[in-house]
Amino acid sequence: MEILLFDKIFLIVIVFAVSLVIALYSTLAERKVSAFLQDRIGPNRAGTFGLLQPVADGVKFFFKEDIIPSHADKALYILGPSISMITALMTSAVIPWGTYITFSGRQVAMQIADINIGILYVFAVVSIGVYGIMIGGWGSNNKFSLLGALRASSQMISYEIAMGLSIISIVMMTGSMSLGEIVSQQHGMDWNIFYQPVGFLIFCTCAFAECNRTPFDLPECEAELVGGYHTEYSSMKLGLYLFSEYINIFISSAIMSAMFFGGYNFPFMDQIASPNLVSIIGVFVFFAKIIFFIFFFMWVRWTIPRFRYDQLMKLGWKYLIPLALANIVITGTVMLIKYQFFN
Amino acid sequence: MNNLLFLLLSSVSIISALLVIFSKNPVYSVLFLVLTFFTLAGHFAIFLGAEFLAIVNIIVYAGAIMVLFLFVIMLLNLNKESEPTTPMLSKISAIVAGGLFLLVLFAALTNQINAPEALNSKAGDIGMVKKLGQVLFTEYLLPFEISSVLFLSAMVGAVMLGKKDLKQG
Amino acid sequence: MQLLTNRSKVVVNKEMTLMEKLYIPAIFGGMMITIKHLFRKKVTIQYPEQKREFSKVYRGKHILKRDEQGRENCTACGLCAVSCPAEAITMVAAERKKGEEHLYREEKYAANYEINMLRCIFCGLCEEACPKDAIYLTEELMPANYDRSNFIYGKDKLVQPLGTSAHPKTYKPYTK
Repeated sequence: MEILLFDKIFLIVIVFAVSLVIALYSTLAERKVSAFLQDRIGPNRAGTFGLLQPVADGVKFFFKEDIIPSHADKALYILGPSISMITALMTSAVIPWGTYITFSGRQVAMQIADINIGILYVFAVVSIGVYGIMIGGWGSNNKFSLLGALRASSQMISYEIAMGLSIISIVMMTGSMSLGEIVSQQHGMDWNIFYQPVGFLIFCTCAFAECNRTPFDLPECEAELVGGYHTEYSSMKLGLYLFSEYINIFISSAIMSAMFFGGYNFPFMDQIASPNLVSIIGVFVFFAKIIFFIFFFMWVRWTIPRFRYDQLMKLGWKYLIPLALANIVITGTVMLIKYQFFN
Repeated sequence: MNNLLFLLLSSVSIISALLVIFSKNPVYSVLFLVLTFFTLAGHFAIFLGAEFLAIVNIIVYAGAIMVLFLFVIMLLNLNKESEPTTPMLSKISAIVAGGLFLLVLFAALTNQINAPEALNSKAGDIGMVKKLGQVLFTEYLLPFEISSVLFLSAMVGAVMLGKKDLKQG
Repeated sequence: MQLLTNRSKVVVNKEMTLMEKLYIPAIFGGMMITIKHLFRKKVTIQYPEQKREFSKVYRGKHILKRDEQGRENCTACGLCAVSCPAEAITMVAAERKKGEEHLYREEKYAANYEINMLRCIFCGLCEEACPKDAIYLTEELMPANYDRSNFIYGKDKLVQPLGTSAHPKTYKPYTK
């Protein structure tokens, strides 16, 4: 019990640190990727290749004056970014980072909590994340913030439905809602993307909407809303909002690669004899996939312009939800046929 | 350990439930209600072994319905000046109705005094997804289907309300 | 009407085909375009280390030139001030004393010569107007400053330092 607890705490600390570091360097990566896609070089003054830029940004955030508007609701104004950050960090608890590592006769699972409703847990935490934005937007007592918050929350609860429906077909195929089980069933190259391409497309679109990323970045649409829900925020409170967005990107990349791209599985993994080696390579493979998806998020951001708000709602409710429902029906039918005739 | 956790969770849930009623600002009321749902979900997950129910409770109530509540309250811009004064009669009738409800609740709960023991045994992991699904699709199939019809009618009603002009449509 | 380029397209409001309505091919096409740019040559010029080549007729900060013997060319005729469209130039003329022949080329010289750099539009008309080859616009950039009063350049900042090359376009900024 004691040793297990120690393992878990150790793993929690590592995952916590890794997600923070990845989010930190996502800010640099975003600027670098945007620069490269626009034939520029990007930040390269702070450290080699600008590697110290995130540190400089962070230090700047901390030393900026922290302004709380006089008409703001002080408690809610502080609570908003805190909720955003907490929920962003909480999701990583159910993601299986690897299989097992065996050392000194003990098997250590590389997943903080393999609960049997893992994917639902993710949805629950994501749905709580809406409060961070809403409370912050309303608490700032500013019309632009409120409008941004309303846009964000209605967008997020609309796309959550399509997201959940797109996952159901995976859950039907796997027969489990535990992320650990879903990943371990995609052994080798048997990834879910080959069975559920439509599901992936829907999930990916919804992930963009949930993270408030372009083409769905209407909540912070500069052209109409000044800064959206964080118009009034300054200093590290603003930093927390921006940071939680990057953590959300990291987590949704992790979930996409775990659900659809086999997580830590890689081809020819059975040919490696040592299970520890497989496990370690698996972690690296998983992170390679995650980093590819983070890049994909940025690539899309610097390619596609923003949707109009009615187009966004139309896409969510009129196209994605029916498509996801049809996907469930088709998956169910195929599974039934397979069960009846090929078993 | 478990007792301590139970005491902590229960006290938080009771205090936040009371704060729902007593806080002056309706936005705070909604947020405390969300906190209450959280603690209830904690009870489900930790003491009753109903993880699925706990998570669905958070997704549906805390994540979706309360967001809509918050939405409406934020847009209404409620404050002391715009609040209409309640007439004495409705205050009295509210107290009477609340008292009666409490009485009914009390009567119902005194009969169920033995229930917690049955629940404490975690009767066959009833909260697990598989068990729940089997029970819903065999024993309670008819109520399950009827409730889905209820949802459908609610959806039709929402579509009707959402239409711009009933006469033209 | 004659078209100026061959890139103009006539806008039609036709129904989109199913492929177009799916948007995915269009999105994919767009993403291929952006990824191509990832590997293109970057156009950034790393400024303090690399400098962009100036145009041959670039007009930067002014200097008041000296001749080969180090004497100031300016004779304070005022033609530059007259030609200046922004009215940025003022000067005070003075007569050359005995023993100052090594300082000023002509008998009259500018005792005081000021250009208000906030007014100056760097059009170069002063250079065109000057009959004595005295004022030139160099390739040197105008430095920024915190104080408006520092933008009124007097002779201390304008006169070509002694011992620098006489040709204005190859004139190197004077550094200590």
